[in-house]
Amino acid sequence: MNFDPRYSGRNFTSVGTRPIRPDGVDKVTGRARYGADFNMAGQLVGRVLRSPHAHATIRKIDTSKAEKLAGVKAVITAADLPDLTDGDAAMYDILDNCMARKKALYDGHAVAAVAAVDARTAKQALKLIEVDYEVLPHVTDVDEAMKHSAPLINDAIFTEGLEEKPVKPSNVTKRTQYGHGDIHEGFGQADFVVERSFKTEQTHQGYIEPHACVANVSSDGTADLWVCTQGHFVYRQHCAQLLGMEASKLRVTSSEIGGGFGGKTHVWAEPVALALSRKAGRPVKLVMTRDEVFRASGPTSATSIDVRIGARKDGTITAAEATLRYSCGPYAGMWAEIGAMTAFACYKLENVKTVGYEVLVNRPKTAAYRAPSAPMAAFAVESAVDELAKEIGMDPVEFRIRNAAQEGTRSSYGPVYGPIGIGPTLEAAKNHPHMKAPLGKNQGRGMACGFWFNFGGQTCTDLNIGMDGSVSLAVGTVDVGGSRASLSLVAAEELGIPYEQIKTVVADTSSLGYNDMTDGSRGTFSSSMATISAARNAIKILRERAAQMWDIPVDDVVWEEGHAIAKGATHGNLSPLSLKEIAAASGKTGGPIAGHSELVADGAGVSFATHICDIEVDPETGSTRVLRYTVVQDAGKAVHPTYVEGQYQGGAAQGIGWALNEEYIYGKDGRLQNPGFLDYRIPVCSDLPMIDTQILEIPNPNHPYGVRGVGETSIVPPLAAIANAVSNAAGVRMTHIPMSPPRILAAIEAERGG
Amino acid sequence: MRYIRPLSIEDAAGLLADSAGTAAILAGGSDLLVRMKGGFIEPDLIVDIKAIDGLGEIRETAEGFSIGAAVPCAVLGENTALQKAWPGVVEAAKLIGSKQVQGRCTIVGNLCNASPAADSVPALVAAGAKAVVVGPRTRRTIAVEAVPTGPGKTSLAKGEIIEAILLDKRLPRSGDAYLRFIPRTEMDIAVVSAGVNLTLDEQGRVKSARLALGAVAPTVVLVEEAAEVLIGSKLDEATLERLAKVCSGACRPIDDKRGTIEFRRKVAGVLARRAATTAYARAGGK
Amino acid sequence: MAGVAVSTTINGDNVEFLCQPDETLLDVLRDRLGLTGAKEGCGTGDCGACSIILDDRLVCSCLVLGAEAEGRHLETIEGMAHGDRLHPLQQKFLEHAALQCGVCTPGFLMAAKDLLAKNPDPTEEEIRFGLAGNLCRCTGYDKIVRAVQDAASVMKQA
Repeated sequence: MNFDPRYSGRNFTSVGTRPIRPDGVDKVTGRARYGADFNMAGQLVGRVLRSPHAHATIRKIDTSKAEKLAGVKAVITAADLPDLTDGDAAMYDILDNCMARKKALYDGHAVAAVAAVDARTAKQALKLIEVDYEVLPHVTDVDEAMKHSAPLINDAIFTEGLEEKPVKPSNVTKRTQYGHGDIHEGFGQADFVVERSFKTEQTHQGYIEPHACVANVSSDGTADLWVCTQGHFVYRQHCAQLLGMEASKLRVTSSEIGGGFGGKTHVWAEPVALALSRKAGRPVKLVMTRDEVFRASGPTSATSIDVRIGARKDGTITAAEATLRYSCGPYAGMWAEIGAMTAFACYKLENVKTVGYEVLVNRPKTAAYRAPSAPMAAFAVESAVDELAKEIGMDPVEFRIRNAAQEGTRSSYGPVYGPIGIGPTLEAAKNHPHMKAPLGKNQGRGMACGFWFNFGGQTCTDLNIGMDGSVSLAVGTVDVGGSRASLSLVAAEELGIPYEQIKTVVADTSSLGYNDMTDGSRGTFSSSMATISAARNAIKILRERAAQMWDIPVDDVVWEEGHAIAKGATHGNLSPLSLKEIAAASGKTGGPIAGHSELVADGAGVSFATHICDIEVDPETGSTRVLRYTVVQDAGKAVHPTYVEGQYQGGAAQGIGWALNEEYIYGKDGRLQNPGFLDYRIPVCSDLPMIDTQILEIPNPNHPYGVRGVGETSIVPPLAAIANAVSNAAGVRMTHIPMSPPRILAAIEAERGG
Repeated sequence: MRYIRPLSIEDAAGLLADSAGTAAILAGGSDLLVRMKGGFIEPDLIVDIKAIDGLGEIRETAEGFSIGAAVPCAVLGENTALQKAWPGVVEAAKLIGSKQVQGRCTIVGNLCNASPAADSVPALVAAGAKAVVVGPRTRRTIAVEAVPTGPGKTSLAKGEIIEAILLDKRLPRSGDAYLRFIPRTEMDIAVVSAGVNLTLDEQGRVKSARLALGAVAPTVVLVEEAAEVLIGSKLDEATLERLAKVCSGACRPIDDKRGTIEFRRKVAGVLARRAATTAYARAGGK
Repeated sequence: MAGVAVSTTINGDNVEFLCQPDETLLDVLRDRLGLTGAKEGCGTGDCGACSIILDDRLVCSCLVLGAEAEGRHLETIEGMAHGDRLHPLQQKFLEHAALQCGVCTPGFLMAAKDLLAKNPDPTEEEIRFGLAGNLCRCTGYDKIVRAVQDAASVMKQA
């Protein structure tokens, strides 16, 4: 059906209000069911054996003793997950990551798994599995891995994207380049040039709920999977492909999800649980421990970035260049490429060039983490921008305003921008009281900008109207932070009925068509578009039914404020029919009333934010305290403003943790030393101040209500904003994230000494 | 595996002495259960000492205070007399873990876990605290610093249990303080820590002093030289500078996931200075 | 391994169960008693998602053995509301959107309840330090702190 997704200005009734979420009561009473809260009769406990080595050839795995242990019902290795990927290299990597085939490629890499009657037996069985490893030299540092002398992680990898095809294999899987203009010419026009190198350490999404699933494979080739995921349809596809099943025979139900942030967009344990269940002939529950979550799931790239920016005395940037090296774990990725695309996206540049290198290391496979790759690039660029402003003698906000991208600017990664929010967020930051608040001793203020693309993708929804006039909305994008409330608001808006009359659920994979996962800040953007489309389709039917009830032509029926209205002088005496009345009569007018929508939500509007923060540094210990934090971000249209604020605050908090304390620490043996919340230090409540938010609404022209994705951009500026604040407070430029107290103190001491 | 909850300390000691395999004492469990979860220990016997009479109490005696082995650290903070007499010890105990852990963890557990970074230990050592050690047929009182012998190791023999920690009566013109450095504001293990206990003479000069550093050596370090620097002073700037230098010098730290050698050395001096200043003020010094 | 028979009180009800001597109270609650409101985020006392109140003390149920529950009184999230009437903290968490994914919420509610029981009028700093044993990765804590502040003022008036 013809759906026009273009923005049209309107006055909202429901959208923009702040009702209580439909899943709220279950979540405050402990009744909501997350990944590990589901059980099946006869269920076994699954556990995974993991490599203690960073890099080792697996010579042999002997599972015979484990198999003989009473209570063990299945033991699997890679042999039980044969390669069915048929030349699909990305799927092969997923398979190999789920269960190591020839080599263990990182500390924590799965090598075998068991299913047993209880946890104790399963744990005992793991100890009885004998793995014969040949330990190989390893490399975990991104710069070290690029050296010619580095141990090779995969000798079939020859760097792609070079002018000349390499003759030797390398840990660099790919080189990519973005930009336009001539940077040599641009730097020639510059009066000031800042050139710096930066490093960021690897972080984890740190969701509080570990990965968990229950798999039940039947001997008739069908299966059920209950799992915490950001995308159950994608999990279904991946699992079905890896196990040689038909996708439609695998029904995946997404549980409530206890945080994902990109980390629950990839399968790890699920194919293993399914393989165990298939072998044991019983349901298998597999829940990762926190240690496993850190060692084997999720992390972002560690990076090494060089930036060079030149500007004229008047504050115009003449050229900008960055070289970005991102770790991918042991499998190819496109993380540096995304970094190269986003690095200078905030600015209007005539001459810009970015080069990305994807680097293999013996660490877990890099996974998406909220605006993946963008925060590190922004850290490097926004630090250099700040320094350049200082050298020119300009206020950092004014300098950014002068160079900010606008509608019509050709972005550094190619496309020409439509209406965008970078300028307005900078102006709002400039005028924010935070900018003028006084600072005390050892305190510094920093600010930075951030960009994220946002994504749309394949989406479908079903909107069913009950005979009592209540509406059930089934969506296929997992609710990670309140989207069921937002989508109910959208349905209420479009149908013209109260929010309370609508119940939104996330449907399983057998109840709805395919949906891409909740990533790229697409959940509310794309599912609201599909909801509007579905509601409009339902309204069309409601109008037809009303016309039938009145016996007038459907073209004479309009839909206003939840009612069918007969328009035209001849029908003046017909009183409006409410949705409830039409629904009540539906059995006699043609049956159930529903609206469906299947679409590709194109035109996700890009998103920009500007953050301001104040930090105090203890110059004797390098300790930091976040005193004040402000987020200004464009939402397009905030459907449920409280949850939009929540996204802004949550992203900022994650960015603060990344900036100050979070990092993967590897020993010389290549083993992760801090796989727990004790030493992987995410911010606690007493670490943070209130996080002030300001929502700007610059409508996205490609969405009926002007909505843009809001979930990810908020993590992009904090690394840089905090680095700028710490640098200002400590009087020394910080170039290594996280800015942990030892690093800050060392920098201060070096500055004093030098 | 067996779980037993004896009713007397002698029974507990006997169970431990007679156990053939790995035996573990359970009071708060905040270290033991973590080690069990990680598979670092699989005890054959768990002896829960919380039902033993008196072990859950803080008693004020003629000599001072006796803190039972099963007293959760949160209870230390709720005891006004103890808080008033030994604020440094109490603040150290209250820094262990979260509110949740506070309701369970004990200073005896903290001591016997024998981590060089244990929060309560430098404060106890500075305070000159003693441990009452009970075996199946023995009972002895030893200095707290004699208990840990290295990371995860203690001087206790098989079958021995610490029944209580003894703290002296608070002397006039004396005070203690404890400070630790952690990257966050809560929930971390000390990267460096310092406990100080001072007694002043009538002129406000330091008459006696004990200073202990944590997380800078395999066990908590009682820095004798620091006491020498402090004694006779009124904690003037020059004394504090010397104190910091002496304390930095007394460190034998390592580089690890929580901090570097340089960082620990430097910050040990800073914390010693700051803790001494607080203890001095608490002792009434100006 | 012989099971331990335990008789205890949970949310005012007498409960009896059999558990293994090394089984945590969290595992007993979740796997034996079907009380899955307490979550395992870490199993090592670092996240607070399994917080319950044990004889008026807030504890991580992952750091308590099931056997230790003998003769004691436990409060879990399942006992926080009275019938269909939510506790003011639960209501304020909903109103302030103090949850996004919600997996840490039961632990935060137990910790906040314990905090307000001991300190009915906490400052922002006292709330922040009082809740420092509970990790939330979604909200940045802002709305949680506001919800607790609001609940405290409502409870004082009640």
